[in-house]
Amino acid sequence: MGAWQSYRLRVQRKRWRIRAFRKRRDLRPVANRTADIAPSDILLFSTQRNEGVRLPWFLKYYRDMGVNHFFFVDNDSTDGSLDYLAKQPDVSVWTTQASYKRSRFGVDWLNWLALKYAHDHWALTVDPDELFLYPFCDTRPLRALTDWLDASSIKSFSAMLLDMYPKGRIDAQPYQVGQDPLEIASWFDAGNYTVEKNKQFGNLWIQGGPRARMFFQDKPKLAPALNKIPLVKWNRQYAYVSSTHNLLPRGLNQVYDEWGGEKASGILLHTKFLDTFAVKAEEELARNQHYGASREYIAYAEGVKDNPDLWCKWSEKYINWRQLEILGLMSKGNWA
Amino acid sequence: MSVGIVMLVHTALDRAEEVARHWTRGGCPVVIHVDKMVPRKTYDAFVARLSDTPMVLFSKRHRCEWGTWGLVAASQDASELLLEKFEEVRHVYLSSGSCLPLRPVEELVDYLEQRPRTDFIESATTADVPWTVGGLDQERFTMHFPFSWRKNRYLFDKLVEFQRAVGYKRRIPRGLIPHMGSQWWCLTRQTLTAILQDPEREKFDRYFRHVWIPDESYFQTLARLYSTNIESRSLTLSKFDFQGKPHIFYDDHLQLLRRSDCFVARKIWPEAARLYDAFLTDPNGAMSQQEPNPGKIDRIFAKAVDRRTRGRPGLFMQSRFPNLGWENGVTAGRYSVFQGFAELFQDFESWLARATGAQVHGHLYGPDCAEFSGGQTVINGALSNNARLRDANPRAFLTNLLWNTRGERQCFQYGPHDNPKINWHMSRDPNAQISVISGAWAVPLFKSNANFAEIRAEAAALQKIESKMLDELRSPDVKARVRIWTMAEFIEAPMEPLQVIIDEIGQKSLRRLSEAPRLEDLAGFGQFLQNLKNQGMHPYLMGDFPVDPAPRNLPGGHRKPYLIKK
Repeated sequence: MGAWQSYRLRVQRKRWRIRAFRKRRDLRPVANRTADIAPSDILLFSTQRNEGVRLPWFLKYYRDMGVNHFFFVDNDSTDGSLDYLAKQPDVSVWTTQASYKRSRFGVDWLNWLALKYAHDHWALTVDPDELFLYPFCDTRPLRALTDWLDASSIKSFSAMLLDMYPKGRIDAQPYQVGQDPLEIASWFDAGNYTVEKNKQFGNLWIQGGPRARMFFQDKPKLAPALNKIPLVKWNRQYAYVSSTHNLLPRGLNQVYDEWGGEKASGILLHTKFLDTFAVKAEEELARNQHYGASREYIAYAEGVKDNPDLWCKWSEKYINWRQLEILGLMSKGNWA
Repeated sequence: MSVGIVMLVHTALDRAEEVARHWTRGGCPVVIHVDKMVPRKTYDAFVARLSDTPMVLFSKRHRCEWGTWGLVAASQDASELLLEKFEEVRHVYLSSGSCLPLRPVEELVDYLEQRPRTDFIESATTADVPWTVGGLDQERFTMHFPFSWRKNRYLFDKLVEFQRAVGYKRRIPRGLIPHMGSQWWCLTRQTLTAILQDPEREKFDRYFRHVWIPDESYFQTLARLYSTNIESRSLTLSKFDFQGKPHIFYDDHLQLLRRSDCFVARKIWPEAARLYDAFLTDPNGAMSQQEPNPGKIDRIFAKAVDRRTRGRPGLFMQSRFPNLGWENGVTAGRYSVFQGFAELFQDFESWLARATGAQVHGHLYGPDCAEFSGGQTVINGALSNNARLRDANPRAFLTNLLWNTRGERQCFQYGPHDNPKINWHMSRDPNAQISVISGAWAVPLFKSNANFAEIRAEAAALQKIESKMLDELRSPDVKARVRIWTMAEFIEAPMEPLQVIIDEIGQKSLRRLSEAPRLEDLAGFGQFLQNLKNQGMHPYLMGDFPVDPAPRNLPGGHRKPYLIKK
């Protein structure tokens, strides 16, 4: 990488940070418990809008994993989820009515909160429908992973988005509050992912899965990106660029080995496709606040109408992280 | 009591305390060295907590940065204190705060009692072992290393470069032969005092002070001078990853550690409560009285290193995306590509499936869709047959297919109609077996009912494409097993090449093919080619066909299909 490109990325990073700083004014604190945060705490960052039905399981899942403090940006919820979050002892929550789109889909907001509160902490940035998995997550807490990453001088950890879906119509089994969404959406595509390298940021660009297979057959290059780097030992100089797909400085995107080896990596189980999805898709379509002129939601609205069964004969049923490791979706790397 | 413990501690003091108490309960005196980086207050509290046990002493604190002299100085001081204050000690066992005794203390004591003159210290000459990571093996003894590798990597590297460039070499003190090995040793009082009270110690210390990672070479080298009986292995189970960093043990390693038969393991994650509980509160619990044998654990960690450095062949994913040429296997399994066979034989695909037992697809890179075997629209791994999805990344389609069908031989048809972008990738893949009958694309044209002008244009286009494909298959850096016949050549004796290909696939037991695929009826094909020539389009890839193919066909009015028998 030349000095010129390096300089340009530096300018870009500063720009995102300034933008995050400006967008701080969007946020109104509702519950700020950040004074409770201890120096070694693991933090979680998320934006949410009307995800009340998912939050109880979400919080339980990550508390059990060992997350110490939650940061939420609530984007104008109307389902009471803001009050619910404000009552939780380990949650700090901000609310905003500002445009999701103009905060670059929440990235600016979370960049600001991370800049202010996450310096020198491990920060996990996930959506309410994403469940993080890492090697040995059934026997070792998240801190075991972050300690190991610290000891290995690794600052960022990759976790590909894996779309989960139910067998049969998406709306066939209603999701109950507090239920494990994997009981319903327990299927996934095991081996239809394509990987390319993004030359500018040095991250990988992964596409595929049921969404590419069903909704983006005719325009595969527009299929949603699945590469994510959700776990980062945060420094106030860092900034997410586009969702958690990539960040700056560029070195943090180097979560893959280029000389034949495998680095350790995890998975984000994406439990978007529950019965709540059709309603959500319609609403989001009306709001037009999503990436790429909400083309993803336009495609869903069409796809969901015609054939809401994402399941096929070769779908795999989720068992545990070891299964995903064997299938080559994630890797233990040299963590043993 | 014959064993004393030296413990180097820099973090997780509460765990260190637990372990120290465990040693003293077993009757072993302990001298603890706490890193100078630990704040005074924390240190004082730690000392106060352990003040109730007279068998625990604290030695002078040094700053112990990894790879520097501080660790050796700490071991020296602590050993001196231990040997001085506890005169009955015969063996000194060097351990760290994250070490965990696996077997009951008495067993270690007994074991060492029976070997009163043996020094357990891993010690090998640098020339003979490839342990070092980062390239500094002999050089670590002949250069100066005043800068910290952790904090001043740049200066560290520059100084190494500079010393290399000017050819600077330190003199190794007379009589010393540099040895290296695990820093966790167990030495006898005799050997250790010989090292510590050596009249030349001043000189040796001065030398080792600027050696790179002296804690892995100081005692290892000097023990060779004095010991009468060195057993070159460490009693501490310690596994290292590809960067020379110790692997960490967690709760889920409990069974593994139980079976390891080692006296002490490092390094333990401080929050691995189950391990500490199991081995400290219930020491008589699990381990059997056997010779220590860390071999059982080796496999799992060797595999981890292999996973990190070489990875799984043919896998492309979020944390493994090898550069071109570094794939360590471009694809996950062997596969066969047939070009021109399905055109020349009537029922080639089903015949091939019967003959080999492999999964036989049609034209996977066909223009309309990927023709999976059995007409499936989706195949293993939920891989879709959609042509656009496939053509968005043809290489990923191939690597995915082969990864998803690991263990099952894949065969598919290919040709000039298909997506040409994959040809080059296959040609450089040692897993590929590519068999081409050049010019066979003319057979369907010959059979077709199209206007001759269209046929002529089509033939010209296909010939051009195939000719380019053949060039790729003949380039010098081809790694695939490539066989190319002209069509004329092939139909002279079709069974022989078929037999070779099938044998190489080797799915079924080696025997002669009992059944041959049915060749298309080629009567008039020579004339067809001649017609093309007459139109100014010279087909050359199929080789020389006589205009009148009569001699090869059966005489008589009725034609039977050309059936090959062996």
